[in-house]
Amino acid sequence: MDFITFIQLLDSTVRSATPLLLACLAGLFSERAGIFDIGLEGKMLAAAFFSAAIAALTGSALMGLGAGILAALSLSLIHGVASINFRGNQLISGVAINFLASGMTVLVAQHLFSQGGRTPTLEGNARFEPITLPFADALADVPYLGPIYSELISGHAILVYVAMLTVPLTWWVLYRTRFGLRLRAVGEAPEAVDTAGVSVVRMRFAAVLICGVLCGIAGAYLAMGLQASFTKEMTANRGYIALAALIFAKWRPWYALGACLLFGFLFAIETRFQNIDIAGFILPVQFVQALPYILTVVVLAGFVGKAIPPRAGGQPYVKER
Amino acid sequence: MDKMPAWADAVLVPLFSIILAAILSALVILAIGESPVDAFKLMVDGALMRSAGWGYTLYYATNFIFTGLAVSVAFHASLFNIGGEGQAMLGGLGTALVCLFIPWPHWSLAILGSAMAAAAFGALWALIPAYLQAKRGSHIVITTIMFNYIAASLLNYVLVNVLRPTGSMEPSTAVFPEATHLPTFRDMFSTADTILFRGAPANVSFFLALIACVVVWLLLWRSKLGYEIRAFGFSESAARYAGIRPVRITIIAMMISGALAGMMAVNATQGEAERLILNGTEGAGFIGIAVALMGRNHPIGVLLAAILFGFLYQGGAELALWTNIPRELITVIQALVILFTGALDNMVRMPLERLFLSLRKKEA
Repeated sequence: MDFITFIQLLDSTVRSATPLLLACLAGLFSERAGIFDIGLEGKMLAAAFFSAAIAALTGSALMGLGAGILAALSLSLIHGVASINFRGNQLISGVAINFLASGMTVLVAQHLFSQGGRTPTLEGNARFEPITLPFADALADVPYLGPIYSELISGHAILVYVAMLTVPLTWWVLYRTRFGLRLRAVGEAPEAVDTAGVSVVRMRFAAVLICGVLCGIAGAYLAMGLQASFTKEMTANRGYIALAALIFAKWRPWYALGACLLFGFLFAIETRFQNIDIAGFILPVQFVQALPYILTVVVLAGFVGKAIPPRAGGQPYVKER
Repeated sequence: MDKMPAWADAVLVPLFSIILAAILSALVILAIGESPVDAFKLMVDGALMRSAGWGYTLYYATNFIFTGLAVSVAFHASLFNIGGEGQAMLGGLGTALVCLFIPWPHWSLAILGSAMAAAAFGALWALIPAYLQAKRGSHIVITTIMFNYIAASLLNYVLVNVLRPTGSMEPSTAVFPEATHLPTFRDMFSTADTILFRGAPANVSFFLALIACVVVWLLLWRSKLGYEIRAFGFSESAARYAGIRPVRITIIAMMISGALAGMMAVNATQGEAERLILNGTEGAGFIGIAVALMGRNHPIGVLLAAILFGFLYQGGAELALWTNIPRELITVIQALVILFTGALDNMVRMPLERLFLSLRKKEA
């Protein structure tokens, strides 16, 4: 593999890692506040559809982004009401949200566009086009650094840069603000937060809604940046893989970036190569396709160190009487 | 003190949840510009008014009984098995191997062999996530989801590279030998004058599913192992004090669950397709979740819920055929049922409890 091919592989890694990263950080906010969220997949899918649909109808990518975020937020609200107000089972609620998104997107897509559950192809302003950073073309010929800058760093949709900036932002919010301290506390010891006079319900809702916004951006990027339309089940399990990345990262923002880049790299390999030939032994294409899922299981099996989830995760908080 | 009688909790809560799900589904149909009344009529016509419709309804119901029981058994050990789909795919592989490579003299022997193979393959596919959950603490929900996709890739590989007959382009096995074909309802219930269940895929494995219901009931409520499973699901720490080994129960419960999901293949692969195809499970593993929740993890409830979902599935196919409503409507209904019976059950229970409390106060 030559240098340029390698850079292109990394470039593709960044693009596949972006929706994973946004979803992973979304899950991070939710789970740090003690709300498990299996429904990342469904929220991304709903956001992908509604952003593509509104972008197709209005011709504006920004309107699409807004619609995607609203769609993910409304599913977040359902999850919040079920798991915070009615103390329901958070796993079951998440599964329900995934099916709801999976069915509704096709139903509405068929109703609006009659193209078998797709949206029309987005063009021009209805998409997030790649941005060329300053001097990218001028520097392209510089050996090594040139291709890295012009191919790898420059030339992504704006949402890719948004996702990358969300990592330090998440870190800052969680570890350097009062809000972040309370958010982490509510996932570890909600009774202590309650005693301190902070509303557990309000904190958890805030976390669930932030999760919705980030899932919304992830979905919008899928349909309007990575691809140019919505297709049935286009999230392709990224929501679940984001959850695995979150566990791999032990619920920490910078590690989440690393974990998502790793999974993104596997996706990049899968799209670029078919059968992989390792010293005469050929890995079949089906194995390469299953690789991200197999790695997920290996990661979850804890062969890479023990991950301790937030202590109050998944348990509804009942105020003492 | 109980807030409301047990029968109300067992009957009224799911009933109201289903009514809520039905109302929302009707609103969804309205929103996409179709009439819910007409849609419902069409579904009833297609699924229940002819014996052939019943033949499809009960065929789907057979699949859902197996996957519903699978999810239920795991739920009793407070394990959430979302891997029914993958376990059923592997069950299909077991069934296919047994049917293709063993020269069965008669279907009655073939069904025993294939049921055992399907159960064994399904159980083994559940073993790894179960082991990882019990020993390494990796979350069973995510591992079983991953195993669904790994199963799909594995099946794809086996069908394309190993079991596909030479010269065939389609990723599927050869048709199973004649002797392994299961009698359909048409073969069993038609007389010379009247042909019933024409062209419908319901077959003798429906009765296998009924037997499975009884066996699961005996296992859970009439055996020591079942008691241990339920005690473990109720409180892991209490079970541990009582000398119940968590690792053992987790693995056994998941393997029983996987075996039940795998046995779906007797109906779908041996009974209907009569060969192993790529997407033979058709999402039945996931519908098992809704069926188990709606049936409150009890075999009788699972049986009733499975027939209801069989009706929805067959009715949904009719809708997709005659109207502009896509099959995904069933996914939406399934989601609403899971949401209301599984996650928002307290929303229904709390007002009911209040009602029963106020009734009791009046009596006193």
